[in-house]
Amino acid sequence: MKLPSLKEIGNEAKLLLIGIPVLIWTMVPIYHMFLFAISPKEDAFSGKLWPAHPTLNNFKIVFYQEHYFLRDFWIQFFNSVVIALSAGALTLVIATAAAFSISRLRVPGGRWVMNLALLTYFIPAAFLAVPMYRTMGNYGLLNNHWSLILAMVTIASPYAIWVLKQASDKLPVELDEAATMDGATTLQLFRLVYVPLMMPSLVAIGTYAILLAWNEYLYAFLLLSKDTEITLPVALGNFLAADDSPWELLMTTGFIYALPPAAIYYAFKRYMVGGLTAGAVKS
Amino acid sequence: MAITLSGDHAIPSPPLSARLTTPQIWGVLLLAPYLLVFLAFVVYPVSYGLWLARHPASYVALWHDPIFARAAVNTLIFLLVGINIKMAIALFLSGFFAQQRTWIKWLSVLFILPWAVPSIPTILSVRFMLNPEWGVINQLIFKFTAEDGPNWLNDPTVALGMAIGVHIWKSLPFWTLILLTGRLAISHDLYEAAEVDGASWSQKFRYITWPSMQTLYITCTLLSMIWTLGDFNSVYLLTGGGPADLTHVLATLGIRYLRLDQLSLAMASIVCALPFVLPLVYFMMKRLSR
Repeated sequence: MKLPSLKEIGNEAKLLLIGIPVLIWTMVPIYHMFLFAISPKEDAFSGKLWPAHPTLNNFKIVFYQEHYFLRDFWIQFFNSVVIALSAGALTLVIATAAAFSISRLRVPGGRWVMNLALLTYFIPAAFLAVPMYRTMGNYGLLNNHWSLILAMVTIASPYAIWVLKQASDKLPVELDEAATMDGATTLQLFRLVYVPLMMPSLVAIGTYAILLAWNEYLYAFLLLSKDTEITLPVALGNFLAADDSPWELLMTTGFIYALPPAAIYYAFKRYMVGGLTAGAVKS
Repeated sequence: MAITLSGDHAIPSPPLSARLTTPQIWGVLLLAPYLLVFLAFVVYPVSYGLWLARHPASYVALWHDPIFARAAVNTLIFLLVGINIKMAIALFLSGFFAQQRTWIKWLSVLFILPWAVPSIPTILSVRFMLNPEWGVINQLIFKFTAEDGPNWLNDPTVALGMAIGVHIWKSLPFWTLILLTGRLAISHDLYEAAEVDGASWSQKFRYITWPSMQTLYITCTLLSMIWTLGDFNSVYLLTGGGPADLTHVLATLGIRYLRLDQLSLAMASIVCALPFVLPLVYFMMKRLSR
């Protein structure tokens, strides 16, 4: 076996000198959350790296809603799920139809719509929130899940259309021509040729929209306020208002809330990273 | 205008009805849902908001509100200092993650986590770590020095620094990933040739890496600035704008006015940010709609 040379050892050491701080920097807030979630109340504040008596009791309290802060946990969890899935599905339908229309059917003015959508993508989220809050009030949608779903669709669609358009421009025109020659109508072309070929991009975009809606705090916090209507992040934010917040339960709920997006992200990593990095910045 | 249209009006076009084929009618129908969303939730709110912000009195009131001046300065610090530090680290780390090592691959899987998990639990976790009495940081300081650590979120300068730190923590992985993609696209032959010529690490960066990545880096920086202008979470969840409303940025200030039911002030504070936003948007549109 060849022993590593001094230079190689030096290189490895330099890399470790970067890698270890990077690992600590990345993991500390997440580990801190996890540590609180598995610590009994008296252990949580001890400043130890691992609790003397790790426990799942906090999870039990959350799941059985045994604290007055958590009495609507399952409803709020369910609200988050419904809103994220609805926003994801609606974004997919709207964006796929638009991308097909712009890219494959070359509808007149399609490029204009595309540019307008792109312009929306660049409106900072908190800036659009102010007028949108008032608008939702005018539409009578405040405190209704539809307000958050539609807000999320508005925010997710521009990027979705843009990524899907880039992907559909890469499909050869001959496919459409061949299908049309065989007598396919426009809708059949959409259903039987376009959608199946776009599957990887559709998975990426659907995941993107679901995660966006699941993780959203600002719009949820503005648009929903009733305890039984709010989503999990708003419920977590409400812990802050109290002086006697049970931090170990807050962290446990936060940990439960953070798990699905992390799991989805890793499950669809293949699609996400390719789709997002290709779409986010065209160099 | 950034929107490039091939406005070729030399040839008179036939009437619309004659040009519309069946696929084009379908095209319009399929585009309609997005157009409706766009009209109802972008065009109407934005025009209505601008209409609410039309009174000069709002701007005078803003000008005399010390919180606004402070928020504007904080926003500039956030953008100029925070973003540049973040992008410089991202550029540096993209080089680190480009190294072919199994352990670095595994580290990159973990490194994505801050970006993949939602902001609220992690920012609250940081907030609790910084708690002067119960937080783990001051407990460690006490353990080693037997003295009380600082009250991190009580001094506005320190608190703003912490908010910038949280922002960097959250969005660094994304930009590192983008810059890594750019870095991996550089031909390896260039580096090999430079190595044969005995180029040093810094020379390779200066003459190969930076010239190839400059445009991407600048685009990313500008895009990050636009998004950071809309970053409500980093400041709101960590400091809530406090102490004494001294750590607000424009994003949280607008929402603060909104919560106080001062809608015209909320809109006016956002309109004040437009001179920053519009040039950035113009540049991005130009690059992306090519």
